[in-house]
Amino acid sequence: MLTLTSPHETWAHRLPAGPKMAALSLWAIALFSLDTLPPLLTASAATAALILSGGLPFARISALMLRPLWPFVAIVALWQGWLGDPTYGAAPILRLITAVAAANFVTMTTRLTDMIGILTTLARPFGPLGLPPRRLALALALVLRFIPVMLHQLQTIRMAFRARSHRRPGWRLFVPALLAALDDAERVAEALRARGGIG
Amino acid sequence: MEKNLTLIALFAALIAALGLLPSMMLPGGVPITAQSLGIMLCGTVLGSRRGALAVLLFLLVVALGLPVLSGGRGGIGVFMGPSVGFLIGFPVAAFIAGLVVERLKGPVALTAALGAFLGGMVVLYPLGTLGWALLLDKTMADVGPFLLGFAPGDAVKCVLAGLITRAIGQMRPGVLLSRA
Repeated sequence: MLTLTSPHETWAHRLPAGPKMAALSLWAIALFSLDTLPPLLTASAATAALILSGGLPFARISALMLRPLWPFVAIVALWQGWLGDPTYGAAPILRLITAVAAANFVTMTTRLTDMIGILTTLARPFGPLGLPPRRLALALALVLRFIPVMLHQLQTIRMAFRARSHRRPGWRLFVPALLAALDDAERVAEALRARGGIG
Repeated sequence: MEKNLTLIALFAALIAALGLLPSMMLPGGVPITAQSLGIMLCGTVLGSRRGALAVLLFLLVVALGLPVLSGGRGGIGVFMGPSVGFLIGFPVAAFIAGLVVERLKGPVALTAALGAFLGGMVVLYPLGTLGWALLLDKTMADVGPFLLGFAPGDAVKCVLAGLITRAIGQMRPGVLLSRA
């Protein structure tokens, strides 16, 4: 399964993940405390410079990752135009795009293993409360493995359906695929128990 | 214990897998992604607590940077974007859906559909609206009407959640932890 980490190695890839996350949190707090356009424009220019420092191919992927925001931005812009006050909505939208772009920068320059490292560190205080970091790590590993397995099973069942019928399968495949996945989960649970359990 | 953990992981993966499937278009151009069906099923099948845990696990996977949120989104950025209210509402929605199936006696399909409706629409919509309102400096009354575009698709998903939960209860009764 592909993660969103950028294959274009940048200087930020080499920074430790913890400080990067801490810096992002501070940056987000700062962004959400800005209300007027001039400081927000400065902040987004700074964020854009940060992203461009990773090189043009990196910046292009970064821009592509913002694409899901455009429909939302378009609707808000149209609405503001209709209300006859186009500048009022500009500050929140600019803040939104900048915050998402900055967070994507951290996501794109941090490897999955480093992210999981942060997570287990952050989860440590929850250990005494009944969530040992080891169990969390196991659960995450299971999810990461189950996703491709489920998609593969769905594909297999879809092909079997195609071989029998010329109709579109639609929702008919959902329950069989889910049952197959549930049986897999049952066997994984047995295997875990046979290996000494999750403790 | 092991079974609970693997089922929670499986349903987290189910939400992710549903987000990766291509979305259907309703007449009128409103996309239905199957992802929220996964959220509903977490609650109606696994019950309140485990369902909410499965959704939280899914959100962790999203935050770690896997593009498993509908539309291929992922990473920390989505928690700062317009969907944040929905993301925070997802585990609550699953919890409520599970609670309804656990507490209400009656046919599984009916209670599960009702739970999915209460959790996935009645509880989730205000939280999603609140997220939009806060991000855009608007009131909830201003942005609320935009959400109604999702309602027809989500109503279909409530019915599907009821039928699928019943099917699971019939074919793999041991998995229906909400009625265990």
